[in-house]
Amino acid sequence: MRNLSIQPKVGHDTRAPSILLHAGTGGGHRTRPVYWPHMPLDVGAAVIATTRLSGDYNILTLDAPAIAAAAAPGQFVMIRTSAGSDPLLRRPFSIFEIVRDARGTPAAITILNKRVGVGTSRLACAREGDRFDVLGPLGRPFTPAAPPAEAWLVAGGVGLAPFATLAEALASLGTSTTLFYGARRAGELFRTEIFERLGVRLALATEDGSRGDRGLITVPLDRALAARGAAPVRLYACGPTPMMRAVAERAAAHGLACEVSLEQTMGCGLGGCYSCVVRVRGADGAPHYVRSCINGPVMDAASLVWEGLGH
Amino acid sequence: MDLTTRIGPLTLKNPFIAASGCFGYGVEYADVVDLASLGALVVKGLFLAPREGHPPPRIVETPSGMLNAIGLQGVGVHRFVEEHLPVLRGRHAVTIVNICGSSVEEYAELARILSDAEGVAALELNISCPNIKAGGIQFGCSLVGTRDVVEAVRRATRLPIIPKLTPNVTDVASFARAAEEAGADAVSLVNTFLAMAIDVETRRPKLSNVMGGLSGPAIRPIAVRMVYECRQLVSIPIIGMGGIASAADAIEFMLAGANAVQVGTANFVDPFIWTRLVDGLRAYMARHDVARAADLVGAVDLGAGARR
Repeated sequence: MRNLSIQPKVGHDTRAPSILLHAGTGGGHRTRPVYWPHMPLDVGAAVIATTRLSGDYNILTLDAPAIAAAAAPGQFVMIRTSAGSDPLLRRPFSIFEIVRDARGTPAAITILNKRVGVGTSRLACAREGDRFDVLGPLGRPFTPAAPPAEAWLVAGGVGLAPFATLAEALASLGTSTTLFYGARRAGELFRTEIFERLGVRLALATEDGSRGDRGLITVPLDRALAARGAAPVRLYACGPTPMMRAVAERAAAHGLACEVSLEQTMGCGLGGCYSCVVRVRGADGAPHYVRSCINGPVMDAASLVWEGLGH
Repeated sequence: MDLTTRIGPLTLKNPFIAASGCFGYGVEYADVVDLASLGALVVKGLFLAPREGHPPPRIVETPSGMLNAIGLQGVGVHRFVEEHLPVLRGRHAVTIVNICGSSVEEYAELARILSDAEGVAALELNISCPNIKAGGIQFGCSLVGTRDVVEAVRRATRLPIIPKLTPNVTDVASFARAAEEAGADAVSLVNTFLAMAIDVETRRPKLSNVMGGLSGPAIRPIAVRMVYECRQLVSIPIIGMGGIASAADAIEFMLAGANAVQVGTANFVDPFIWTRLVDGLRAYMARHDVARAADLVGAVDLGAGARR
């Protein structure tokens, strides 16, 4: 991903550790970056707060100001959930919120954690003061739509995670934004107030009909697509693969741009292991495996090959 | 304090080498670590042609380890030389290229191409990848095959050549000796252990390729033993690897007989491990009054009552 274009909110963080490149430089200038405009940082971050949302979900606030300052919407961190070797590998998490202090300076990040295995269970049980190694920010971020285009964000379950930072970026651009957010039941629609505070319109759906439309999130999405006006719409999707695929198919049918945020099993998050691959169609029209950690996690839905995509 | 180590004609500034398949083509880490601070890096295995690799899932975690079946996805040697090698050269990385062939001729051809490229320090011969049907391990599991590949590459290049040995044989030391006799400058070991994991709920293998290679701390004691066995049988340098995650782990391999070590899986967990390794080795040498890291090689103290 050599044309990676990350537009961070702030300038280069001066608290970065001193492992910066010096080989091949002249006059003290940094060598031109190959992949990362901002060097990812590994921060031993203390848990500032943990908020239980339900039996399976919690929000962890992590003391990682340098990562918070460098993060762009849709980027992720790799969190080490054990100091030992079980589990061995880090786990990827979207940066959910950037927490700012009274002066507006980024002070912390939050992650939206869903308990599924050993690593996420540790994060579900974490207490204030616990420390976790947090590596980031990583990956290719969203491209926020600017007016007159509208932004439609489609989230399923824990797929809400990358959209709070995107909604913030869209609000600062003045882009009209709608969040389509689906879950199994009302009790699993979390933190909608974050979006309401930013002026985002909400369209909700639950499978049991306990809040919003009964059924899948495509119910309100299809209604909105049928009623949409002349303004161009840019779609963003994150959630279960069938949901993202359904959104991508509608985007294609309506000729709309669509970005999806993928979550594949990742070994390293930096492009070293080649385990998180997804297939995309290249210029030759043939499908090729690319790494979702550095070519994604945000990818152009039109280039993705959905057959065989996990999760 | 002297951390340098010699691998045939190469002198590395320290014994820590990034392992093939765990460090991409090196360029992925160019903005993360100072590549020139590593003893060397070994790039992902290259064939002549690009390869797609296996479908996901390609990795699965196991107790203190992981299985992988990536299937040697790769850009092919030509694109590597054109796109990635200049970046590595620009960062003053000591670059070892891991090559893999489906025939003896392919290894020799890769060696010729890379001999003509500027910025290649050595070749590691992948005769041990457990995850592909044709090529690689078919040579590494036969003494004749090992000898044939090493001899063919020896004729094709003056670069140092380092066959990477598989642990999936009865007597790995005999393969080290075959490599030495055929003209290898060093050997590296071990590649991953062929392994398998099954999801008992679905009864499906956890990897799309069914089997994969086990790496990580789980394999370390077996790898140390194999390095020790090879040290008894060969005099060429040995590059040891298998689950190294700390300076102490690296020193254990050196005491068993490794002149240098490779770090793979641990780099996934901690990409900034390299400074920790160098600092840890220095601290150990200071504590034990060791002036040269090379003095640790094979310095295991078996005591009077040891059986070997």
